[in-house]
This record gives sequence, structure tokens and C-alpha cells, in this order.
Amino acid sequence: MRGFSELIDKLLLTSSRNRKVDILCDYFKNTPDPDRGYTLAIITNGLEIKNIPISKIKEIVRENVDEELFALSYDYVGDLAETISLIWPHKENGGLPQISKMIGILQNINKSELKKKIQTFLSIANETERWGLIKLISGGLRIGVSSRLAKTTLAKFGDKKLDDIEKIWHGIDPPYENLFNWLCNSGPIPKIDLKNTFNPMMLANPIEEKDFINLDSKNFVAEWKWDGIRVQIIISDSNIKIFSRTGDDISLSFPEIKSHEKNLVILDGELLVGRNYIPMNFNSLQQRLNRKKVSLKHINDFPAFVKLYDILYLNNDDLREKNWEERRNLLENWYYKNKNEFFDLSKIINFNSWKNLTAIRKNEIIDEQHEGLMIKRKSSPYISGRPKGHWFKWKKDPKTVDAILMYAVRGHGKRSSYYSDFTFGLWDGEQISPIGKAYFGFNDNELKILDKFVRNNTIKKFGPVREVEKTFVIEVAFDSVNSSTRHKSGVALRFPRIKRLREDKPTCEVIQLCEFKSEFL
Amino acid sequence: MKWINENLYISPINTYIDPSKPVENAIITHGHADHAKPGHKNVLATKETINIMKIRYGENCAQNFQELTLNKTLKIDDVKITFYPAGHILGSVQVLAEYRGERINFTGDYKTKKDKTCENFEPVKCHTLVTEATFGLPVFQHPNEHNEIKKLLRSLELFPKRPHLVGVYALGKAQRIIGLLRQQRYDKEIFIHGALEKLCNYYVEEKIFLGKFLKTNLKDKKEYQGEIILAPPSAIKNVWSRKFEDPIICQASGWMSIKQRAKQSLVELPLIISDHADWNELTQYIKFTDAENVYVTHGREEAIVHWCKMNQINGLALSLSGREDEEDL
Repeated sequence: MRGFSELIDKLLLTSSRNRKVDILCDYFKNTPDPDRGYTLAIITNGLEIKNIPISKIKEIVRENVDEELFALSYDYVGDLAETISLIWPHKENGGLPQISKMIGILQNINKSELKKKIQTFLSIANETERWGLIKLISGGLRIGVSSRLAKTTLAKFGDKKLDDIEKIWHGIDPPYENLFNWLCNSGPIPKIDLKNTFNPMMLANPIEEKDFINLDSKNFVAEWKWDGIRVQIIISDSNIKIFSRTGDDISLSFPEIKSHEKNLVILDGELLVGRNYIPMNFNSLQQRLNRKKVSLKHINDFPAFVKLYDILYLNNDDLREKNWEERRNLLENWYYKNKNEFFDLSKIINFNSWKNLTAIRKNEIIDEQHEGLMIKRKSSPYISGRPKGHWFKWKKDPKTVDAILMYAVRGHGKRSSYYSDFTFGLWDGEQISPIGKAYFGFNDNELKILDKFVRNNTIKKFGPVREVEKTFVIEVAFDSVNSSTRHKSGVALRFPRIKRLREDKPTCEVIQLCEFKSEFL
Repeated sequence: MKWINENLYISPINTYIDPSKPVENAIITHGHADHAKPGHKNVLATKETINIMKIRYGENCAQNFQELTLNKTLKIDDVKITFYPAGHILGSVQVLAEYRGERINFTGDYKTKKDKTCENFEPVKCHTLVTEATFGLPVFQHPNEHNEIKKLLRSLELFPKRPHLVGVYALGKAQRIIGLLRQQRYDKEIFIHGALEKLCNYYVEEKIFLGKFLKTNLKDKKEYQGEIILAPPSAIKNVWSRKFEDPIICQASGWMSIKQRAKQSLVELPLIISDHADWNELTQYIKFTDAENVYVTHGREEAIVHWCKMNQINGLALSLSGREDEEDL
């Protein structure tokens, strides 16, 4: 456990992405199988210890530590795993078994011996190990390492293409010995089960009107960017699996979607709700997301369907190397042969020049249905990740609002000596109510101005957070607004960023929250 | 506590201990700003504390200074005052006051661990103990300080090109860190922020070995590759730190045991080194003194008072204001 615990401790305190990669690489290099594979699984949320409830751990601690002292400590530290690891009597040298053994023991622990064993483990661990152990049991490391970062590290570690790792990632299991064999050049690339394995999707880069000058419109096609959720659909033997963009299996949330296809087909599309292939707005789709049980009423009120964008596999053939035009032909063929109420083609928008496309975007966009336009190179293969120069998203023009700067926190890495994360708000009667946070959009010079303003106008400090004098107006750009029960203001901005500083503008000209809601919600 | 009150006022001799406002007679336990204030009429303290006060506030920061040597008893009217080393920083003492057969010991800030930059702590029996409790929660169990310093040296080996910026309090912590580095046979020059210079020089005057240290001179960024630079935490958070290329931010403080706190402060390498007693030292010392009454001046009073109750000792929180967390960020 020591290697694992020290690793996550280091990762927690490191904010630079490159440095995290270095730390992980170093760990993979110096840790044998199967330990490194289990660690990889824990970091990427591929493995959880589910049989030990955290309440049991609390119970054990309560039996060993005075309740009041524990409560005062927990109140001060704020994090349960940390409180327990710190309050337990300390030892310099820990002695917990290595991570792979530990996982085996924890997963097979008997209810009758659970208490005694955990107590022993807590006592033979040193402080860092104890913290790692409780993190492992409670799940959710929160150390700022995404799956993508872990995979980037693997690619660097084994000198392999990230795309190749992405292609097999969802088809391999902990402790990933076959993966590490391949990465260390002592085995072939792992084989995966196509029928049940998500393939990482191809994503688009943002584009603006000024970028078109370098692109020949003849080489591109366009289609609407539908405002739903991107999905991958795997059909085989009339059985359907639906994966979200991040590879989560969401089939159970949409049991109505069916197909008679017998052969293996993998499709890419946008999941929407609506009737006759006419999408309802995103809020309606949200009624169907993240539900474990789906009621008939929900299915009737918000029936789901898919606008098809692309095809990755057809009759067991991998089409990803083929260009977009060939794939589109195959997709259309498949669609006409297997037509049903759940599948619709995302139609291709014909245009003869960028100017023409600009006009279409301006005149034909439907705010409720479209997030903007997708522009795809006809000759592009299907490449997972976000390859440059192939697919572009041309989003709707952002909306903007002038808001008042309220709080600031210092940034990370290069920005650690700058106040660069800002909370801003609108009038709510006589008060100012926060509506969002932004930490980019400004240039270096604007950042200096903001940083200086924060330092010279702090009125209160809450730990790392500074509350500032409510005198500075900023123009905030955002893609859209959703209503939210989680935020006090009742709104959540999508993709907020600071567009301009409006030092010239007095705060009394900033609008009321209710005006904002009636305009954008 | 009839002849002393909750403001640490010893009424028979009209004298305060570490008063937060100017008074006629003050006994000062040590030179940290939250204990030693300028403007008193008469100050009684160790030679070192008096010198530190003069360095920080000027020669005339009090009208009269009177030195008292460690373990020597001074009789003022019917009250006997004796200083015992507190092991906190150079010149720091516990103040034992005896009056009509009752012994009251004021710990000031203290640690019982050995420290080469000051006199080592000496335990004293008493009837009433007036103690600090900066780290008065059972989650604070300071690790071995030499192992913590080794973490810094290991990081230097791992990142030989990166300057290591260590946040330290200017008085006591800075010199202790330098001393600990020397004990690990780190004999390169150590760089210090200008704010630490006078006090480091004073420690050297007092024959405390710090080796070679130099004030940083920010002309060439490359110069500090792989060097240790000590600075007050405020400077590290400030514009000053931008002048170093790709530094590792370290912080030497007892608070660093709390990872979330280190992370919040953007500390990459926390060094858990404290000049205060941790939970185990605090509670062990209370037990050792055989005190019937324990008054807690500042820190996490609640937990210590609760612990006293659990151990059939009278505990009371004084919650002195303005005396908080000098090790804080």
C-alpha cells in the first residue's frame, strides 16, 4: 500500500498536468504487475471496493477514539479519510501489504472478521498508508487525474499511440497485465470483445468564421450539431448497447430503442427525445438521463431516438480507416435497410461556399434543437480523440451578460501567484447573487488587471477565497443557461468565460437576476 | 486563580505575561509578534528575547529592559519568578510564578522535542498550568523532523533544476530549518528572503551554527536552479515568487499534516515541522506537571479542555485574542 498511497499523495499535491504524467510514468516503471495494474484501475475508476461500507470504518474509529475529540477533529480537518488517518496513533514505518494483495483481502473479507481486520490494518499502517487505505475503501480518490490523463501516461510510458490505447481500453480488465506486457514490448496488443466494448469517439475542434480562409469549402460537408447527448450504439444479434461519450453504458436508461440487426454494427449519433424525429429541448432530455428505473410515463412523454452521424463497424468490418464519404454511403445504406422509429439520419447540409454556410447558420438554426454546425472533412478517417484538422464545431454565437466580480481564488501551476478564478453575480433586489465562475477567456494583460484589482480591493478572506469590493464589472460570455436547483441563483451557465473587462461600467447598470432569467431561460 | 486573572495578570506585582497592549510591567515569554508587543514600560525577559525585540521593534521599544537568566529565581515582593526553557525558539521560556506556596506555570509557546537552535525544553511541576494549545487536536501528531527534512533533500535530488521555495516563519522556523539541513550535512549555501536576514544574523551571533546563507538577489533566474530558498509564506504567495523559474513550493509548518490545507495553499511539498507541541506532547506534559487546574490560552482549546475533563483535571479555556496561528499561512 505504501507505493500506492505515496503515489496518490503526490498526485493530489501536484497541479501541473505534465508533472502528473511524469509521476505516474515513474510509478509504472518501478512497480511490478499486478500492483501497477490495480493502481491504474483505481485511478481510472475501473475498480471499487463495494463490500465495506464507510460507516463500518467510522464505527471502528468511534470504538477507539473519544467521540467528542473525533467530532472536533473531523470538524477541523473536513475530510473523513484524512481525519481517521491522522487521529489514529502514528507510526513511522507502515507495513500494509501491497495494493494487489490488499484489494484481494478487502474484497473477500468476511463480515464476522471485518472489524478486527480493519482495525489491525489501521494500526500497522503509517499515516499515508492509512489515508490511502480509507480512500481505497471509500472510493472516489479526487486527486485530479482523469482517465484520459492516465491513458496519455500509458502511451508515453510504452511509447505507443494514444489512439491505439483508446481503441482497446474499454475491452480490457484489471489488472491489465496483457496491456502492460504490450506496453513493455513483451506481448501483442490485447484482443478485445467487439460486441461489448465501447470505442472512443472522434471529437471536433472549435472553429470561427476567421478560420475559414485557410480551408477549401469543397473538401467539407456540414450537418447540424444536435443538442442532445453523443452516443455510440453497438448492435449485434438484435441486442443493443448504448454508450455515452465517456464510455458509460446507458442502455438501461433507454430500453425502448431496438433494432433487428443480427450482425455487428457500431453507430455514432446524437441521442434526443421527441416525436417524428423532431427533437425537444435539452431540458426534456435531461428528464431521461441518470435514471436507474425508467417509467412507462417517461418513455411516453419523452420518447428517445437517435440522429445517426457515422458508422464504425458494419458486418464485423472495421470502417474507421475509410474516409467519411465512404462511411456515409455505408451508413445511409444501413439506415434505409433497417429503418425504424428509433433511428433517423442526421441530414447533410448542402452549401457551395463558406459565405453560403454562414447564411444557413444564421437563418436556419433552431435555438432549441441545434448547438451549432458540424463541419467534417470528406477525406477524414474516424480517429478517436480530438485530432486536429478533421472535424470542426461551429457553435452558436455565445450569449453575453455584464456581471459584477464577487470572489476570487488563486489559480494553479503557472497561475499560482495570480488570482485567476472568478465568481461573478447579478443584482437580486438590493443584494448581489452569484451566477457562475470563470477562469479563462481573458488575456495575460487582463489577468494582471484583475489580479491587481483583487489584491487591492479584498474586503474579506475565507481560507483561500477573497471577497472583493463589488465595483468591477466584467462581460461574461456563455453558451446557454439551464435552470438549476443546485445553485442558489437558480441558474447554471454552460461554458462561462470572461470576454471583456468593463471597468468603465458602473455596477448600477448591471441587470437584475430576474431580468436575466426572463431573457435567457 | 485568585492572584492571576484570565488576562494573565499577576495582581500582587501588577505584571502581565505577554500582554497584547502596552502596560507598565510585562514579562515576555518569547519574541514572536503575537507575544512580544512594543510599547511597554518595563519588560522582564531573557537576554535573547530582549535582543530579538530590539531587532524587530527598535532599541527603544520599551523604557526599561531587565534580563533574567534561565533557572534563576527573581523575587518581586512576595512573588517568585523563574524562567525555564520552553524549547520553542531562541530565548523562549516558560514562566513559573510562586506565591504563598502556590506554583503557576505559564508555558508560553513550547515544544518538548529537541532543537539545536534553542535551549531544550525543561519540564516543571506545578499546581496550575497555563498552556498553549495551537495543535490541541488529536489529529496533530508531528512526525520526526529529520524525516521531513529528508523529504526536501530527496525532492532536490529528484528535481535538480527546480528552485525549492520553502515557506517559513521568519523567527525560529527559518533558523531551525537551516539547522536541520546542516544536521543532514547539506553544506551548500542556503538562500533567504531579505525579511529573514537580521534574525538569521542574530542567531549566528548567539553561536548557533547555520552555515553559509545568502540573501536572494533576483537578477538571474537560472541562478537558483536546484537551490533552497527560504522565505516568509506571504512572500511565496506574493508577486516575489514569480521571479523564480518553475519553483517547487514547500511549506514548513505543523499545519501541513492536513493535506487538504496544503493543497488549498498550493503547496506541492509539505514539510510537517512545527515549533509547537503536538497533541501527544500537550497531553503528556499536562499529566507530568500533576497540575490540578489547566487553563488554555489559545489554539484548539475545546479539545484540550475536554481531554482534561476525561482525566479529572479542571480545564478552562481563556481564548486570548490576537494570539493565533503565527505558523498559519
